[in-house]
Amino acid sequence: MESFLKIDKFSCGYPGKFVVQDIDLEIPKGDFVGIIGPNGSGKTTLFKGITAELPALSGKTILKGEPVHKMSIKKRAQNLAIVTQVIEAGAMTVEDYVLMGRMPYRGQFQFFENEEDVEIAEKYMKLTGVDRLRNKYMNALSGGEQQLAGIARALTQEPQLLLLDEPTSHLDISHQVQILNLIRRLSYDLKLTVLMIIHDLNLAGEYCDSLIMMDNGTLRKKGEPAEVLNYQDIEEVYKTVVITRTNPVSGKPVVFLVSEDVMRQKKEASH
Amino acid sequence: MRIRNIKWLLFLLALLLLLLVSVAVALLSGEIDLKLVDLPTILEQKSGVEYAVLTKIRLPRILLAVAVGGGLSLSGAILQGIYRNPLVEPYTLGISGGAALGVSIAIVFGLNALSFLVLPLFGFAGAIVTLFLVYFLSIKRDGLNINSMLLIGVMISFVSSSAMMFLMSTTTTDNVQNIVFWVMGSLDEPNEMLIKIALFSSLFGLILTYFFAQPLNALRLGQTKAKHLGINTALTVRILFFLASLLTGIAVAIAGVIGFVGLVIPHLIRLIIGNDYRVLLGGSFLGGAVFLVLSDTIARTIIAPNELPIGVITGLIGGIVFIVILSRSRSKFRLN
Repeated sequence: MESFLKIDKFSCGYPGKFVVQDIDLEIPKGDFVGIIGPNGSGKTTLFKGITAELPALSGKTILKGEPVHKMSIKKRAQNLAIVTQVIEAGAMTVEDYVLMGRMPYRGQFQFFENEEDVEIAEKYMKLTGVDRLRNKYMNALSGGEQQLAGIARALTQEPQLLLLDEPTSHLDISHQVQILNLIRRLSYDLKLTVLMIIHDLNLAGEYCDSLIMMDNGTLRKKGEPAEVLNYQDIEEVYKTVVITRTNPVSGKPVVFLVSEDVMRQKKEASH
Repeated sequence: MRIRNIKWLLFLLALLLLLLVSVAVALLSGEIDLKLVDLPTILEQKSGVEYAVLTKIRLPRILLAVAVGGGLSLSGAILQGIYRNPLVEPYTLGISGGAALGVSIAIVFGLNALSFLVLPLFGFAGAIVTLFLVYFLSIKRDGLNINSMLLIGVMISFVSSSAMMFLMSTTTTDNVQNIVFWVMGSLDEPNEMLIKIALFSSLFGLILTYFFAQPLNALRLGQTKAKHLGINTALTVRILFFLASLLTGIAVAIAGVIGFVGLVIPHLIRLIIGNDYRVLLGGSFLGGAVFLVLSDTIARTIIAPNELPIGVITGLIGGIVFIVILSRSRSKFRLN
């Protein structure tokens, strides 16, 4: 069977400066995949390559049998939806913003959204819980609400693949959990395939089906959270000492950090 | 949602009505004051001084005011949209500077005596040269780097204004006066063909722009995010850049540099009805037309039989009204 998203010997980036090289990946439909790695390891560059924002230097990404880079801009927007870290939608109502998700389906001569557009936007506003904010301006929302609106807009595009760039980075734990639970639910209920860049290793381990660890422009490791989140790999990639354990409730891997002071005390005590 | 569409329609209709009222006021006021009730009879007679004043003097001028006001304001709305910058106006990109330089060259070399078409043609040529300079120096090289485009435009503005000053400092006083007079702008254009060109091109520009209302809306999120929504941003920005520049070029070539319309009117419309380009484009066009028709009426009647440069009126009235509105609704004032 042909895989849903296939990334085949794919390289992209800024030649002479920074290049993400030789990425090989296959992601089945409905998977929730987290991309981890230190700053500058190429997570965002890989994202830009997958969305064809950057041209492929070699290899290709294939979504449902079709090379992403050969799709028209419009078709790409019908298949891939992206939620960026910061959503600068300004003084636009949440409803107008979410409705923009229908833009890939709109003809050049179609000025107004049709009933189907409105219904779809309505459905996903309800699903994400932003329907009660519909008449508020985007720039009057909190960071978490903006992310939810961004997800609602992305879902309104009815994509095959949803890409999220650190959706939880500026949020408190309750909003982090709210958003990740929502994404988890989406990937189950809608069979939506999700690719998410995330810095928090514990959240990545807890929520994702599988993880991809990037290091210096290459794919270091891929697999289930328990395989990827081992202390040897993390310490080598992040150049940081960590301790890994298992979450007693979920059975997922957890990563602990240790402060310099404590490390020194431990060392002295053991001597 | 549907209520919103009705609101937009009513807003545009109200503006259209306002435009008709302004046109009527402009038709009736002047050295010979006419009364509204007399209009049908005068127009029916098709003769007499009053008929001539209406159709040969006032109406062409009003039509030009509609064309130039609408065109400049529309151009401002477009440029503010593609640059996501509230301070951009039709003249920021140096189009007006280029046009003024073209006209100055024609005047200094005495070419304007050859034909009434020389000044508009040189003005338009100057505008076009600037347009392509900005295009090739920035868009072609840096892709769609908005800041580099703006900077190049501003620099070209400076260069052409310096070149103009050089020309003015080396030529006769008469020529200097002609240049200054042209730069100040005026809607007094005796040639019917030019008025028709102005009117048709700005109406055509309005229709064409409407095909890009949705892409402009998407661009409110920025170029990258608009592209994520399936908008061919590179093409859209290019086409709209040319369209806005041409609208400006034609307006400036025929009526000179009339300031303020392109900056202030789109902002006023944004304040009243919001930033959705589906209503903003038409609203800006109509609003600009109303504003310039009224400003011109004031300019030609306030110190009759003499005339004030229209730029004085647009700057004074527009500026003051805008400051008042802005200070009253500061919290509501946003570009995006």
